[in-house]
Amino acid sequence: MIFGKRGREVISSSILQNRFDRRTFALGAVQSGFALLLAGRMGYIAIAENEKYELEAESNRVNLSLIPPRRGWILDRNNAPLASNRADFRVDVIPERMADPEGTIDQLAELLALDPARVADVKSKVATARNYQPVEVASGLDYDQFAAVSVRLPDFPGVVPQRGFSRYYPTGPAVGHLIGYVGPASAEEYEEENNPILITPGYKIGKDGLEKQFEQRLRGVPGARRVEVTAAGRIVRDLATREDVQGNPVRTTIDGPLQDYAARRLGLESGSVVVMDCKTGDLLCMSSMPSFDPNSFSDGIGSVEYSMLREDERVPLRNKVLKGLYPPGSTVKPMVSMAFLEAGLDPAASVYCGGGLRVGNRVFRCWKRGGHGTVDMAKGIYQSCDVYFYHFAQQLGMDVIAPMAKRCGMGQEFPLPVTSQFYGTVPDPAWKMRKYEREWQPFDTVNATIGQGYMLASPLQLAVMASRLATGSKLMPRLIINPNDPTPASMNFSPENVRIIQNAMSDVVNGPGTAGRARIPIEGVNMAGKTGTAQVVSLSRSDGKTGDWKYRDHGLFIFFAPFDNPRYAGAVVIEHGGGSGAAYPIARDVVTFMFDPQKGLDALTALEKEWGGTAQQRLNSKYSAYAAAAGESVEPVPRREADIFARVDAEARAAAERPAALANRPATPRPEPVDEEGSAGPPPGTVVTPAAPTTWVR
Amino acid sequence: MMLFPLVTLIAFGAAVLYSAAGGSMQPYAQSHLIRFAVFLVMAAIMTRFTREWVKFLAYPIYAVVLILLIAVEAIGAIGGGSQRWLNLGFIVLQPSELMKPAIVLALARFYDTLPPGMTGTWRAIVPAGLLLAAPVCLVLLQPDLGTSLALVFGGVVVMFLAGLPLRWFVLGAVGAAIAAPLAFFFGLQEYQQRRVFTFLDPESDPLGSGYHITQSKIAIGSGGLSGKGFNEGSQSHLNYLPEPHTDFVFSTMAEEWGLIGGLVVIGIFVLILGWGLRVARRSTDRFASLLAAGMVATIFFYVVINLMMVMGLAPVVGIPLPFMSHGGSSMLTNMLCIGALMMINRWNHGQRGRTFSS
Repeated sequence: MIFGKRGREVISSSILQNRFDRRTFALGAVQSGFALLLAGRMGYIAIAENEKYELEAESNRVNLSLIPPRRGWILDRNNAPLASNRADFRVDVIPERMADPEGTIDQLAELLALDPARVADVKSKVATARNYQPVEVASGLDYDQFAAVSVRLPDFPGVVPQRGFSRYYPTGPAVGHLIGYVGPASAEEYEEENNPILITPGYKIGKDGLEKQFEQRLRGVPGARRVEVTAAGRIVRDLATREDVQGNPVRTTIDGPLQDYAARRLGLESGSVVVMDCKTGDLLCMSSMPSFDPNSFSDGIGSVEYSMLREDERVPLRNKVLKGLYPPGSTVKPMVSMAFLEAGLDPAASVYCGGGLRVGNRVFRCWKRGGHGTVDMAKGIYQSCDVYFYHFAQQLGMDVIAPMAKRCGMGQEFPLPVTSQFYGTVPDPAWKMRKYEREWQPFDTVNATIGQGYMLASPLQLAVMASRLATGSKLMPRLIINPNDPTPASMNFSPENVRIIQNAMSDVVNGPGTAGRARIPIEGVNMAGKTGTAQVVSLSRSDGKTGDWKYRDHGLFIFFAPFDNPRYAGAVVIEHGGGSGAAYPIARDVVTFMFDPQKGLDALTALEKEWGGTAQQRLNSKYSAYAAAAGESVEPVPRREADIFARVDAEARAAAERPAALANRPATPRPEPVDEEGSAGPPPGTVVTPAAPTTWVR
Repeated sequence: MMLFPLVTLIAFGAAVLYSAAGGSMQPYAQSHLIRFAVFLVMAAIMTRFTREWVKFLAYPIYAVVLILLIAVEAIGAIGGGSQRWLNLGFIVLQPSELMKPAIVLALARFYDTLPPGMTGTWRAIVPAGLLLAAPVCLVLLQPDLGTSLALVFGGVVVMFLAGLPLRWFVLGAVGAAIAAPLAFFFGLQEYQQRRVFTFLDPESDPLGSGYHITQSKIAIGSGGLSGKGFNEGSQSHLNYLPEPHTDFVFSTMAEEWGLIGGLVVIGIFVLILGWGLRVARRSTDRFASLLAAGMVATIFFYVVINLMMVMGLAPVVGIPLPFMSHGGSSMLTNMLCIGALMMINRWNHGQRGRTFSS
């Protein structure tokens, strides 16, 4: 009709009225149609899809967040914390949720007053993070800083401020190597375990040492919190909270104050102190310095700090107790003597020392060029006469010495909860043939009897050796208190022989020996010991006492006390200390501290004044000086923490092998820093500087 | 009269706004009610206008609003940015809103004066087209696509009802179908294009521009049959729903009152618009019937586009829901339409006596 009609029809008012009626009807129909459509659509959304949308509304509204569990404490033998938790405020970011990572971090840095090195670290971590891995921006904040970030949350998507707990190591660097440290799980660790708790902001796992070894026991059970949140992430109210369950504590055999004391007493030296209990084998102290502060590692290792630790030739990242290998030097002599005794040598059998011993067509020198005169076993030990040992070793042979060295713990690995331990070398003819395809030479035996040549041992092994010789018990070092551990087996030494060694080693300190200044300044406490000086480069390179630090001799000392009824045994090793004179004053002060803490501390306080503060203070000031100098041009931290220590370990191995280069010729025994025969040394507590170079030449 | 459903709707709207403000009369519900009261008085005054007065004022009103539109554009151009409001000191005017009833008025007046014989000729379409095109172009320049479409819709409905040949509309529809893609790619701003895309697939960008639609559907869908209860809507109270008091007021309502509340609102709109259409059909005079039907169409467009938008059937265009959304301009426009309908209803009654009541 209307449509398609092409003719010129005369349109009148009534036609228009008619059209209007029809078309309004159509309009009404269209409107009703839309009304039905909308009602239907709404019914579909609200009824048919109700379940889906209800779920979505709920997941909008309710936010489930995991509460990181408080980590179990690591305790010392008296239940004092070596690692505890401290309540603090912290700020993390989740890079995937951030709209503008760079800008947000800059703003946070301003709010929290972060230093530029820290900001650079955070930015580089944010750039590489994946899997919703949180990155810590700062921890240990005060409430005002925390509040300043919290109120700006709507502008900061992906930023998570929270109240939580962070790991706290009261004695800082003193326990760095022993306990390790904690840090956020890496992407690899998360992929391995695939546990959502690992990517909860603020959650840390053990990265080294005991923290890593006992990770599962320390971990605990995360709590959970259901909260109602607004679209901007503001928490409206708590709906339900399940408390976390704190991880179980780990009680170690370590004596916390002693560990700290020994670490501090090492002072400016690079070295380690190990002390064992002579009844149980408990490791009372395993200090290795210089060290790192695990407190400052817990938010990840800063690149400036890493660079500082890495460039330090004293390798603060290496646990020297377990991964330092040194030629033991003369500290093996009591062990060699025990081997002789057990092989039937009469302790009174003597030899004349005229400053050297001819074997075949070679002359092996004693460290004392003028010679010791007539030397029996006791004098051989307390005067450390080399000729005595050269002589009887040629008679009795390496087959007597090497097995005894192994029985005493050298070359052995111990069942300890540590990430790795080096076990060193006890050379014998078969070993040399295997390794170098060369025949065993007389000079090899000569070298071995004075702890040089191929022989390498860790401070832990030296301490075990001292404890076994002192007690005649096969003490096994242990780090964790376990009442079910069996009582130590016997070494099957004759008690008479044990007494001979005890007395000879007592004479080293208390008699006419090489370490008179190591006498304990306490009435009735007599320490026994043995000095050792280990050469690291040939004499043509350095005299071992002066010059380039890394060419100086190692200073060693093994000890036990009291000498006639040993309760404690241990070892002190000072890398490149210039001789045993660097080692035994430390042993003396450590033992003094064990019997009379106040006396020990007095000695230490005087020294620390001279050194410029405690180990912690010195580390802090060193860091700030280094950070100021290094600025931003520092080497980046390896992305995986495991790489850091793998690298250090590899270098440690290489360093340990170096003295073997000297082994293809007879060692030149280094002079012991002798006191006047039997005279009392300087009063305890004075600093013993390495003896001035003697005029002794080969 | 139809005031009962209207007042019900306003009261219901106020309740929803009360909830959207977190359980408070401030800042939405109270001003909503006050505005309604003021505009209802205005509508009552409008009913006093005589047919001749309105016919006489039709073009001048159109002209004034058009000038206001140009003024907005000019100020925007000087100020260096797009602007939709005109601050007259005592009131903030949005001329494009006023243009919606004004264009209907002007076109009704035009077809009223057009001799019936010319309905099929160019004389019926060209001047009307110009009347419509001028404000549409100005509003498009703002740029405000939603309002331009509303103007076009109101104008075209009046032309349709004025009896213009149906084939023109068919041709127009075909032309629009061809022009739309061209306009989409060359005429629309980028943000407008994005809105269309996300409307087609809101889940493609759930945290970006699809967020509005997704959250609105969640609010409506989670309400179920009877809703979560007054003041219990989590979507609106926890700010997941954007604009819970203006464009998405229906979602706010549906979350708390469910499908039942939704059907009540749709039912009331059916009642109001049905009454409006009856008013249009009852008037014997061409100007009044075109004016009334055009007003109905204007309100209808608001309602349908808004509801389709919140239910995910139309892109987000920023058109509020009449009588429920908080906002002065839209309330003014809709109350002008209602006032016009009441006025025409009164004219009808004056003609036919007082026996009718609807």
